[in-house]
Amino acid sequence: MPAPIRLRELIRTIRTARTQAEEREMIQKECAAIRSSFREEDNTYRCRNVAKLLYMHMLGYPAHFGQLECLKLIASQKFTDKRIGYLGAMLLLDERQDVHLLMTNCIKNDLNHSTQYVQGLALCTLGCMGSSEMCRDLAGEVEKLLKTSNSYLRKKAALCAVHVIRKVPELMEMFLPATKNLLSEKNHGVLHTSVVLLTEMCERSPDMLSHFRKNEKLVPQLVRILKNLIMSGYSPEHDVSGISDPFLQVRILRLLRILGKGDDDSSEAMNDILAQVATNTETSKNVGNAILYETVLTIMDIKSESGLRVLAINILGRFLLNNDKNIRYVALTSLLKTVQTDHNAVQRHRSTIVDCLKDLDVSIKRRAMELSFALVNGNNIRGMMKELLYFLDSCDPDFKADCASGIFLAAEKYAPSKRWHIDTIMRVLTTAGSYVRDDSVPNLIQLITNSVEMHAYTVQRLYKALLDDISQQPLVQVASWCIGEYGDLLVSGQCEEEEPIQVSEDEVLDVLEGLLVSNLSTPVTRGYSLTAIMKLSTRFSSLNRIKKVVSIYGSSIDVELQQRAVEYNALFKKYDHMRSALLERMPIMEKTATNGPAEIVQTNGETDSTILDTKHLPNITQPASQANDLLDLLGGNDVVPVIQTTVPTKPASAGGELLDLLGDLSLTGGPTPTPAPSVPMSQPPFLLDGLTSQPLFNDIAAVIPPMTAYNKNGLKIEFTFERSNPNPNIAVITIHATNSTEAEMTEFVFQAAVPKTFQLQLLSPSSNVVPALNQGSVTQVIRVLNPQKQQLRMRIKLTYTHKGSPVQDLAEVNNFPPQSWQ
Amino acid sequence: MQFMLLFSRQGKLRLQKWYVPLSDKEKKKITRELVQTVLARKPKMCSFLEWRDLKIVYKRYASLYFCCAIEDQDNELITLEIIHRYVELLDKYFGSVCELDIIFNFEKAYFILDEFLLGGEAQETSKKNVLKAIEQADLLQENLDFQIRLLPGMISGLLTVESVAVSVPVALVINLIPSERGFILHVLSFWSLDQTKTKLI
Repeated sequence: MPAPIRLRELIRTIRTARTQAEEREMIQKECAAIRSSFREEDNTYRCRNVAKLLYMHMLGYPAHFGQLECLKLIASQKFTDKRIGYLGAMLLLDERQDVHLLMTNCIKNDLNHSTQYVQGLALCTLGCMGSSEMCRDLAGEVEKLLKTSNSYLRKKAALCAVHVIRKVPELMEMFLPATKNLLSEKNHGVLHTSVVLLTEMCERSPDMLSHFRKNEKLVPQLVRILKNLIMSGYSPEHDVSGISDPFLQVRILRLLRILGKGDDDSSEAMNDILAQVATNTETSKNVGNAILYETVLTIMDIKSESGLRVLAINILGRFLLNNDKNIRYVALTSLLKTVQTDHNAVQRHRSTIVDCLKDLDVSIKRRAMELSFALVNGNNIRGMMKELLYFLDSCDPDFKADCASGIFLAAEKYAPSKRWHIDTIMRVLTTAGSYVRDDSVPNLIQLITNSVEMHAYTVQRLYKALLDDISQQPLVQVASWCIGEYGDLLVSGQCEEEEPIQVSEDEVLDVLEGLLVSNLSTPVTRGYSLTAIMKLSTRFSSLNRIKKVVSIYGSSIDVELQQRAVEYNALFKKYDHMRSALLERMPIMEKTATNGPAEIVQTNGETDSTILDTKHLPNITQPASQANDLLDLLGGNDVVPVIQTTVPTKPASAGGELLDLLGDLSLTGGPTPTPAPSVPMSQPPFLLDGLTSQPLFNDIAAVIPPMTAYNKNGLKIEFTFERSNPNPNIAVITIHATNSTEAEMTEFVFQAAVPKTFQLQLLSPSSNVVPALNQGSVTQVIRVLNPQKQQLRMRIKLTYTHKGSPVQDLAEVNNFPPQSWQ
Repeated sequence: MQFMLLFSRQGKLRLQKWYVPLSDKEKKKITRELVQTVLARKPKMCSFLEWRDLKIVYKRYASLYFCCAIEDQDNELITLEIIHRYVELLDKYFGSVCELDIIFNFEKAYFILDEFLLGGEAQETSKKNVLKAIEQADLLQENLDFQIRLLPGMISGLLTVESVAVSVPVALVINLIPSERGFILHVLSFWSLDQTKTKLI
């Protein structure tokens, strides 16, 4: 058998192949040759063959038949064989293969080899792809090598230990003694890998973390090393663009971050060195900026003094002005994380951030947009909105939806005047109308009904917009709704805000009918316009035309449209006396949470909302009767009926508080209005990202233990507590309702009553469906005012529908922890 | 770091180093998608992108893209430095490295990477030490373990060799037997990474 061709030969040959088929042919031929060579157990050329196999594997061809050969190579005594064998193992033999465990013995022997390069190979392989079983078996060897004086092996052993800990966390304890004097090494390689090892241990185990903080006095050691790095002169071995060993510096800063987080003493000990690094590092090259970036992250995460924090934000501000895109990107990301806690400091850089909106890079634009939304407040709303609207005009379609939602949210919170608000909405609808989210249509309608004095202006502007363009569905829907409601104002030409336009009834009906027949209109839009036409029957005089339109659609193919038309027809024929009452002006709708489930009731169009009108009255009496029920049940003494908001109705209460809570909604930077308003108050650690050091409520959030108030039939209700900072007599309780059964609980309503000396306020729940199998929870916030500091007692009533049947239950909650009412 | 990929402008893979266990199929899928995504980026865009739940840091050197996937808490800017350091190591080793060097010597590229990174983290921050270790391992591969004596006449010749090589032959002493001279020159040229600096005796 002739000698198999050399690796380079093979590579050269394969590269001459002109087509994929030719290449495949060559590879198949070579594979066949290699296979027969393997079968012959040829020791001399095994190495060469496996190397060729690895090349073919990289091209994408299967190479599994070489796995055992790699094992044989590893077991060989020749260094060349071992080198290729271990490489093959790392490429072909991951932990999913059955044969990989056969490596364990070889690696064990090689870990004790006399040549350090062989030991190095073994450590490298174990550290890159060792499975948990291998790690368990070989951890002892690694630990031994961690204590050797050979720095070449020690650094590899440290990283191997990191891998072992990641795979088998229980073995962490074992490496603890070996870490004792790792940091007193001079060799930078060992220092770097030791810091990585310590970081891994501290991240994984809080016990280790406190051990290293207190017993080992890690922080002073790290500070000393970092200081030496900065102060020492030029060292050619570790220098990168004038900075001494930036890799080590960055790693040390990261470990300091973990050690200083939440710990005053440690943070204090590192304040000086952080200030030093922040001010002395060269920023002309990427290396310097990398170190500054890590420093900023550390400063923001630990309990640093305010001067340092301002310094950090200023560094980020300078980054924003840097020509290098990467630096700008990194700055925007960090600012996004810090904007909640250091809002004022970030505000100073607002204009730079807004400039970044015009950047060409997509990632930078997105971050700048999110940051801009986070920075919008009452003072800068006009200016910011101008920029944001301009951005909306010119940005990519992927951004438009998020930007539009963000603008709506910001406008809602900070609108300086109703007219401005409506103008802004109009602008968004006309520029990005088709990208606007579906649930913003009911929101806008609600907004418009609320601004009574603007009705004429609004309808006039919407009408004009409709004349221009009927392709953007949200715009069309809002416009047709408004015309239906306020058509009389439009025709009468009374508009104070701007020049009234002359419009006749027929023209208006033309436009609405045009919507009905247009191909551009969706079925939902058609529904809107039909209802609008119907409403105009009480406002306009051209009844015949309207009747005709309505009857035509009585035979429409679209079932929804047909149903409406038939019902309206019936109105004309049999219930004409009720028509004017039914179709009169909508009452002002109470504002609920922007994203609450209440909106779902509205999106189906006007038929639902008209039904809601008539239902309104009985619904409002319901809460009162429910409260009365509670009174009865509680025996009538020392009980106060509860002010509550329940989901499907809109009683006039708690509106103000909700708006306050809405102010916390944009904690994650704007365009995702998914969290319910109660969430910010009860879960500060989640919404405030890892960079912040102070939770929203400083004191007692962690101190009052949560309690289980109710646990029956699969429904479990837990109470978590905070104390509201401005008024210590108010306890804020968040209920979390979870459902461990297989069916979900719908129409879930939670009610509570407290003794007379207390006052209770129930805020809007996050939803009224408790998902099954603990997949989610319903949260609701209760505020209890307890001025006399009496023991808190509560009676709760739960109603829900489970597997089709309604369930009702009462319970008394007495096991409040003493801290909650003291 | 979770993985590092090197690929050409045409999307051909030149090196793949995975620090997380994944099946072959998954690796191929990730590689395919990521290569597509990175190649679609315009030259002026920044070097970072979010992909799935990872941060991707990539940089183009001549015709090769160096692409790393790092975790949330890793520093993107220092990853760029790590990539640059690896390229510098390759450059020093091969002497003005180009893509062809990496194609034809892919196993050496892996060896160098394995001396620089282990388990996704840098194990040695000194360029000199990494190159020294590679050299010595290469030496081992050539099986040079015989004793040779240093003669005074040789010193001037040796000292002009790049300093990196000087630290190595402390244990090895060179014999000036003429028949071995050719071999010694071969050894010297092998040691010195920059061949033009080797002064012939």
